[in-house]
Amino acid sequence: MTDAAVFQARGIGKSYPGVRANDDVSFTVAPGEIHALLGENGAGKSTLVKMIYGLVRPDEGDMTLNGQPHQPADPRAARAAGVAMVFQHFSLFDALTVAENIALGMENPPPRRELSARIAQVSQDFGLPLNPARRIVTLSAGERQRVEIIRCLLQNPRLLIMDEPTSVLTPQEAELLFATLRKLAGHGTAILYISHKLEEIRTHCDRATILRHGRVVDSCDPREHSARTLAAMMVGGEMRPIDRSGRQAGEVLLQVKDLSLPAPTAEGTALKSVALTLRAGEILGIGGVAGNGQDELLSALSGEARSASGSILLEGADLSRLGPEARRTAGLLAAPEDRLGHAAVPDFSLTENTLLTAGARRHLVRKGLIDRPAARAFAQDVIRAFDVRTPGPGTAAKALSGGNLQKFVIGREVMQAPRVLVVNQPTWGVDAGASAAVRQSLLDLAGQGAGVIVISQDLDEILELSDRFCALNEGRLSAPVPTEGLTLDQIGLMLGGAHGMEVAHL
Amino acid sequence: MIRLVPRTETSAFWQIATPVMAVAATMLAGGLLFAIMGYDPVSAIRTIFWDPLFGPAAGYSRQQLLVKAAPLILIASGLAVGFRAGIWNIGAEGQYIIGAITGAAVALAAYPAPEMWIFPAMVVAGALGGWAWGMIPALLRNWFGASEILVSLMLVYVAQRIAAWMAFGPMKNPEGFGMPGSRNLQQYPAASNPELIAGTGAHWGVVAAAAAVLATWFLMSRHIRGFHIRAAGTAPRAARFAGVKPETLVAFCLGLSGALAGMAGLFEVAGPAGQITDKVGVGYGFTAIIVAFLGRLHPVGILLAGLLLALTYIGGELAQLTMNLPAATVQVFQGMLLFFLLGFDLLTRYRLTRRVTA
Ligand SMILES: Nc1ncnc2c1ncn2[C@@H]1O[C@H](COP(=O)(O)OP(=O)(O)OP(=O)(O)O)[C@@H](O)[C@H]1O
Ligand SMILES: [Mg+2]
Repeated sequence: MTDAAVFQARGIGKSYPGVRANDDVSFTVAPGEIHALLGENGAGKSTLVKMIYGLVRPDEGDMTLNGQPHQPADPRAARAAGVAMVFQHFSLFDALTVAENIALGMENPPPRRELSARIAQVSQDFGLPLNPARRIVTLSAGERQRVEIIRCLLQNPRLLIMDEPTSVLTPQEAELLFATLRKLAGHGTAILYISHKLEEIRTHCDRATILRHGRVVDSCDPREHSARTLAAMMVGGEMRPIDRSGRQAGEVLLQVKDLSLPAPTAEGTALKSVALTLRAGEILGIGGVAGNGQDELLSALSGEARSASGSILLEGADLSRLGPEARRTAGLLAAPEDRLGHAAVPDFSLTENTLLTAGARRHLVRKGLIDRPAARAFAQDVIRAFDVRTPGPGTAAKALSGGNLQKFVIGREVMQAPRVLVVNQPTWGVDAGASAAVRQSLLDLAGQGAGVIVISQDLDEILELSDRFCALNEGRLSAPVPTEGLTLDQIGLMLGGAHGMEVAHL
Repeated sequence: MIRLVPRTETSAFWQIATPVMAVAATMLAGGLLFAIMGYDPVSAIRTIFWDPLFGPAAGYSRQQLLVKAAPLILIASGLAVGFRAGIWNIGAEGQYIIGAITGAAVALAAYPAPEMWIFPAMVVAGALGGWAWGMIPALLRNWFGASEILVSLMLVYVAQRIAAWMAFGPMKNPEGFGMPGSRNLQQYPAASNPELIAGTGAHWGVVAAAAAVLATWFLMSRHIRGFHIRAAGTAPRAARFAGVKPETLVAFCLGLSGALAGMAGLFEVAGPAGQITDKVGVGYGFTAIIVAFLGRLHPVGILLAGLLLALTYIGGELAQLTMNLPAATVQVFQGMLLFFLLGFDLLTRYRLTRRVTA
């Protein structure tokens, strides 16, 4: 097996200030194998694959690719050696089109027209609809991920690395992706796959290497284990089931009436007469395929976009013409989907990132003056309460692992005791254990009498959390139905049935 | 073919190291240039960078250091605030000129009244003039999406024409025997900006520059507005989520940098320059851009960079006098400084690699 391996790592180690991200990591990937990397948030998965892709230099250990020593000085060298990678966070230029972005990543890009044709071809072959002429800024997270995947497929890689590619895809889209991966694996391409979705790994992966605190703790065939035991291997303990009890719908908190907004960009989605009512103690789930108005709805509620007066009422007060700060003061808080660059400033420390939203409610800013010790203390509180794994509040947001930053962003809002909290993809990239904790915190928040709106593409999450469910489809929100007794199939029908995956309009 | 590849890890060390390297490289390249032109490179560099501080005539030139550094630091402090937010005011020179004119206008209108309020009123008028000139690009950007870079730059030329018109027309000294230029404010006590401590060169502009350094440091590190400015510069979407209105920031930053530049113009015209002429603008507004970047957009850095660039002005003049170096020396040096700074910055963020043909 060893000599036939596409990729092999021996004794890889990497340290960051205050963190041992990888420690003596060894594993092997065979040709045609879909190999999962499992581990909690901050276990060192992204760090490991970044070393394979030449983005980070290992401190010790060595790697081989196709039997050759593999020491890429940069991603270009790694690509030349046959490694391709889809990132956990997008590495696309917003102002450019899909085709231009893909051309930028290529060594010798073909003429634009030919490239567009090839993109169209690959996206058709692999069932990943994408228009090469669209600008990135207009794409939803799911569509951006698609760009990254197609960019890799065009390279014909020997080893394809995917860092949480399905966290923003719908189940249908994910199924399609796996069909794609199977096809690739059939041609002998090895695939290294990172995901927190254990079911998905159980059904589709051939092997799993499990990391904990930067070390390999186990290696197994995931098909022979239950999701529960896999999770236990990652955490080194048992998981607590979610507790939905102790909530009662009270008075109406938030009313959205006839909320219509034009599309913010040419390819964005217009909101069309959205209406909803949210009561105290209630969790409302909003499902839908990426690009159907999720971002726009969140912006309209957070105050980034203003709507006609009378369209958004919090406890009877009209907030529709107010900006984000005033809405937060009134008690309406939001956590957007894109944590790096939207919900948090990547270059700022966690302390500074608390100032982004918690200035008024937590008295971190008084008369315009920043109370740094208070901000630091609040960041510390969030870190502790939400088990954010990081050396401390002085760490830059971008240095956190994806899931840990997500926990911080959600924690920052939850701990401000909002009257109404709106979250978009609250557990995107968060590991099973931490997801449960985040969801529990949302349930607890509702238990204390707040209203919560969960926008998510993860239907299991919606079913697990919400009392009522609405589908968001091309900017229209369906009437709510109680989730009690609702099945995944019924939800699928509400989302537009079988054509759920085509909704990202070409 | 050679190409640039982004570095994965950049360090705080280079933030400080690159300006120092840029200064060293400028000295080397400058020396080389002088050698090619047939001057002794060592003594030329010494004349420019050493003699003004420690040479035989240092007594005079040391005073000049503060005189020249004050407007640079005052203007650069304001510019740096906008640059941090990604708002590019390139037209401080124009705001400086307009501030000089509006400030001087107060004095000329009041002449020869001796009241105490005249000088403070001039400072306010200078700041307002610069502010208004800065608001033009701000409003055009907010209303029509016009590039503030182009508009502010073009307004420099408009301001220069206005200064010429003033000097030859409305503001011409009635007792000036037909010479262009306004009354000399140095000879009008209630309006003049004198040396406060004899022998230091320190006038009110120096005080204002020091205050501006402190105030912008406070704004950027202690005030939520400064936090929003920094956030908007690196993550505009996050800033908007926080509640920052981009239009407000544009108006604030262009207004602030305009007001400080206008004040700098007033201090200059009421002090060292003395009068409005068609050459009120001497390039401080442009040099301040270099100061802002060389100082890493940080108040303390700007203080040091302002002193250094003031030194190149004085040293350049000295070299012109004592060694017959051409007058363009100063500009060449300032240009090289910016060039090397941008070059080294690029290299700390990117690596050069040779492209292998596949
Ligand atoms: N650039 C960096 N600077 C400092 N520390 C870092 C940096 N990148 C990662 N780390 C730290 O290294 C550890 C491993 O991070 P990594 O991103 O590899 O985790 P992960 O397994 O991918 O987690 P997730 O599932 O949340 O994405 C974390 O503790 C993280 O804080
Ligand atoms: Mg990761």
